[in-house]
Amino acid sequence: MSLVSEPAVFVKDLHARRGRNPVLHGLSLTVPRGLVVGLIGPSGCGKTTLMRSIVGVQLVQSGEVTVLGRPAGSVSLRNRVGYVTQDASVYDDLTVRQNLKYFRAVLGAPASDVDRVIDATDLGRYAGQLAGSLSGGQRSRVSLAGALLGSPELLVLDEPTVGLDPVLRVELWELFHRLAAAGTSLLVSSHVMDEASRCDRLLLMRDGEILADDTPAGLLASTATDDVEAAFLSLIRRHPSPEDRSPGDAGPGVDGPTSTGGAR
Amino acid sequence: MNPRRTLATAGRVLTQIRHDPRTIVLLLVVPSLLIGLVAWIFADTPVFDRIGPAMIALFPFIVMFLVTSITTLRERRTGTLERLLSMPLGKGDFILGYTLAFGLLAVIQSAVAVGYAVWVCGLTIAGSVWLLLAVAVADAVLGTTFGLLASAFARTEFQVVQFMPALVFPQILLGGIFLPREQLPETLRIISDWLPLSHAIDALQAVASDSQDAAYIGGELLIIGAWIVGAVVLGSITLRRRTP
Repeated sequence: MSLVSEPAVFVKDLHARRGRNPVLHGLSLTVPRGLVVGLIGPSGCGKTTLMRSIVGVQLVQSGEVTVLGRPAGSVSLRNRVGYVTQDASVYDDLTVRQNLKYFRAVLGAPASDVDRVIDATDLGRYAGQLAGSLSGGQRSRVSLAGALLGSPELLVLDEPTVGLDPVLRVELWELFHRLAAAGTSLLVSSHVMDEASRCDRLLLMRDGEILADDTPAGLLASTATDDVEAAFLSLIRRHPSPEDRSPGDAGPGVDGPTSTGGAR
Repeated sequence: MNPRRTLATAGRVLTQIRHDPRTIVLLLVVPSLLIGLVAWIFADTPVFDRIGPAMIALFPFIVMFLVTSITTLRERRTGTLERLLSMPLGKGDFILGYTLAFGLLAVIQSAVAVGYAVWVCGLTIAGSVWLLLAVAVADAVLGTTFGLLASAFARTEFQVVQFMPALVFPQILLGGIFLPREQLPETLRIISDWLPLSHAIDALQAVASDSQDAAYIGGELLIIGAWIVGAVVLGSITLRRRTP
């Protein structure tokens, strides 16, 4: 058993390439337990590579990634961590229910879980439809439902709300907070700045580095701005330009997140 | 590896195919149609009785190779494989699940092809039809496992389709259909001795003419079985949980 006081995710000096491109250059961060942590940054900044490293499907060059007290990718983590890829990873030629039944069998979760996650993601109406016949937003909800099976302790969600109806988006964020209240830790990525205010904590990411690790209120206070977009811009101006850094070389100053005042 | 997860995977693959009736019809009908065409071409000659058994080896092998390689490649490309490998699914569960599902289809496909060749096209089988079916099934499963392996080395659908001529055609050319294997140049004959399709064709021809005993057929089946196991093991090794 791991200690509850341990963080959900602890990353230290992580270097990783996606394909041949160096994407993460000595990144460090901590995701506390039982909170909804937003990983906010533009497309291509390394959010997916970081999430893949945490889930243990990314080949990393160096660095430490500890998840729920164990090295990322450990066998014992495989049914304690739920992962939703950016593109819905579901079988288009199976119905919603058949998809979930299969993932449930692989996870060894209780049979009643299928109905529970269908309800939680409001997919009841589509349960008998082929996933391939659904809209993009509905398919990504099926993908999310799959990650909720077996009630994992950590959920890693890569842009789960892209393309969703605003009402549904609000409902999903409410679901994330209900899960967090029940003790689940969530790391949710987004490139939409206005979703940042819905998170308990924020990790602002750019060019493979964490620019800030703070609560939304703390971030606005420390940058003297009134929205996350402006705070992000202010941090980028403060931060040395990434062009100064030679590729693949983590020079001094990029070995940890720049704290912006929030308690770690 | 865990039998429950292997069977769940096999069941899932079969459910996917059930939603695609056209594929099922093509799988079951195309080999028989091709065998029928070959029989018709050689209708007024004794050739069909010589090459007919080889046709039973050939078409199911090719069809299963293509279907399996494309299905598993699709799984790699749509992200479902990445999802499964982040879950407690063993690599062996994945490969064996696919082998079981397509193996079952191969049994049905081979049964249809053998039945059609024997009862409709009038292929003379001096030996046991059951033994003929056993070799045909082993051969179709061989196509399945080769397809699984090929998909590991292909990044796109275009590449995987090219593997068909690269891996399958040399085996057809050297398998004794065009020229009996004894008459091949020495080097090619030795190479052909190592290729699994040669043994499948030899075994089918031996059953058809009843020229060898069951022990010989069993030996040939063992060689094909060794190739199947080898391809499954190699396929599991090439499946990586962590990718760059």
